[in-house]
Amino acid sequence: MAKKKFVVASFDDENVLFPAVKKVRLAGYKIHDVYTPYAVHGLDKALGLRETSLHTAGFIYGISGTTIALGAMSWVFVSDWPLNIGGKPHFPLPAFIPITFETTVLLSAVGMVLTFCYLCQLGPFVKKHHFSSRATDDHFVMVIECTSKTNVEDLKAFLSNTGAFDVNVQEAEANWWLGTYDKEQVLIKDEPTVA
Amino acid sequence: MASIKEQFEVPSKMKTWSMALIVIGVISFILGLITKGMSGDEQEKATFIGTLMYNSIFWMLICNASMFFICATTLAMGGWHTVIKRIPEAISTLVPVFGIITLVIFIYVVLIDRTASIYEWLDKDAVAKDHLLSGKSGFLNPAFFMIWSILAIGIWSILGHRMRKLSSEADEKPMDINTGKSYIWRNTVTAGLFIVWFALTIGSTVPWFWMMSLDAHWYSTMYSWYTFGSSFVTGMSLIALWLIYLKNKGYLGYANENHLHNIGIFIFAFSIFWTYLWFAQYMLIWYGNIPEETVYFKHRVQGAYKGIFFMNIIINFVCPLLILMKRSVKRNYTLMTFMAVLIIFGHWIDFYQMVMGSVRENEASLSWLDFGIASLFIGLMIHFTSRALAKKPLVSEYHPFLKESIAHHI
Repeated sequence: MAKKKFVVASFDDENVLFPAVKKVRLAGYKIHDVYTPYAVHGLDKALGLRETSLHTAGFIYGISGTTIALGAMSWVFVSDWPLNIGGKPHFPLPAFIPITFETTVLLSAVGMVLTFCYLCQLGPFVKKHHFSSRATDDHFVMVIECTSKTNVEDLKAFLSNTGAFDVNVQEAEANWWLGTYDKEQVLIKDEPTVA
Repeated sequence: MASIKEQFEVPSKMKTWSMALIVIGVISFILGLITKGMSGDEQEKATFIGTLMYNSIFWMLICNASMFFICATTLAMGGWHTVIKRIPEAISTLVPVFGIITLVIFIYVVLIDRTASIYEWLDKDAVAKDHLLSGKSGFLNPAFFMIWSILAIGIWSILGHRMRKLSSEADEKPMDINTGKSYIWRNTVTAGLFIVWFALTIGSTVPWFWMMSLDAHWYSTMYSWYTFGSSFVTGMSLIALWLIYLKNKGYLGYANENHLHNIGIFIFAFSIFWTYLWFAQYMLIWYGNIPEETVYFKHRVQGAYKGIFFMNIIINFVCPLLILMKRSVKRNYTLMTFMAVLIIFGHWIDFYQMVMGSVRENEASLSWLDFGIASLFIGLMIHFTSRALAKKPLVSEYHPFLKESIAHHI
């Protein structure tokens, strides 16, 4: 995987970050990501990210869990090895519900965690490049991807003007796996109402 | 942005509608009294009283759930509901009104009529012969029943009144940090008292007295929580309906789909909670299969109430689960209106089968009388809630959490 060039701008205030994000997107630069110490409300909207489909994945895992549990239990107790348990019918639905429920929860929870790790490109032995170590402390770090047409000096000056107190250029591996949101970022022109 | 002093005025159309509903209710009450209530047939009479009982209990408990909602969020230091707080407050003003109606019915059943067709334990001779009932007679007796009912409703009303009065204080003058802190603290104390009393009543004893003792031999430890779950999810649906109505009329400028979403989350979560209790109560009894426990479910699952019993699960569990699961639905005013109405109807049916399933075991007759009496309570509810809403500004201007509530975002 090829190395890419990034311009990294650090901000120290949420209220400076938001207008900066808006200006950078209006100027047509491509924001790779914004790293913040905590979840900043409304930043996903400002960045033009689409809503996550994690919950749809969770629903599908849950439904699979329901089907697997009910299917397996009814196969075992109805067709493969019918037993008389306390005179109950061979398909005692109420008695199956707790296990069905638990399998549903298990599959959706584990499946969602794994999907989340996949989407965020997290995994064992995966080395991720840290653009700024203080993104986990008190800095809001905006990372902009450079293309062949980007004039880095212009961009650096532009970012300093938007209020970044520190701007530097870094080279890093961008992705380790397929399937990022890169291609699905909405251009700001399509979206007139940005916070 | 809307101006901060918002004053609701009761539209004349709403007055007409609520009056029409009350008139329909009163007419069906009188007709029911003549055809059923005064007839010699014991079962017809029990049906009439049972209908009055489950309606008054249901509508009172869902109005009280509004006050529970305010107190629970106050205790949790929740601020998001501040801009919509006047709605549950207005709804909770109905607790004394419906409480008096409920008490009148109980005074008639327990102290005046004293027939065992409603409560088995009223019959002293039968209790003396019955080992189980005489064991329970320390709890199930008219004096304890009446005193506890009056205390329950009285203390709900008094503490609710205090909470509403405290809320009005936030309309008067701006608060600095110290008065704000002490204001929140006074709210917390009253809310805490209310929650404790709520746990001692709805969380345990009151459903045992009012509804579980209709089957005096049977008992279930899930029953009170089940009643609470039912009333709370309906109470939240009622708040959602009022919120949507006021938004439609152009009031509550600060409330938006984030607040509706949060109410939707409550409705969704407590529909699941209700189902959990429903199932826990049902499955253990089904699995144990002991005659004195299955007596409650026998005619509900296999007898006359079969259809209503399973429709109940579809309306109150399957529909909220599948429809309200999606985020966009909880933020959609039309779908939330539909779901709120559906859930109120569903839990009304639930209360119907809880009470009437015991009063009239061999016949499920959801008739004009049920809908007529319900319309009486709905009419009263609209009338009193709109009047209470009109008395105060819709936003408490100087509430310490107002800013947090306006900026609420989920």
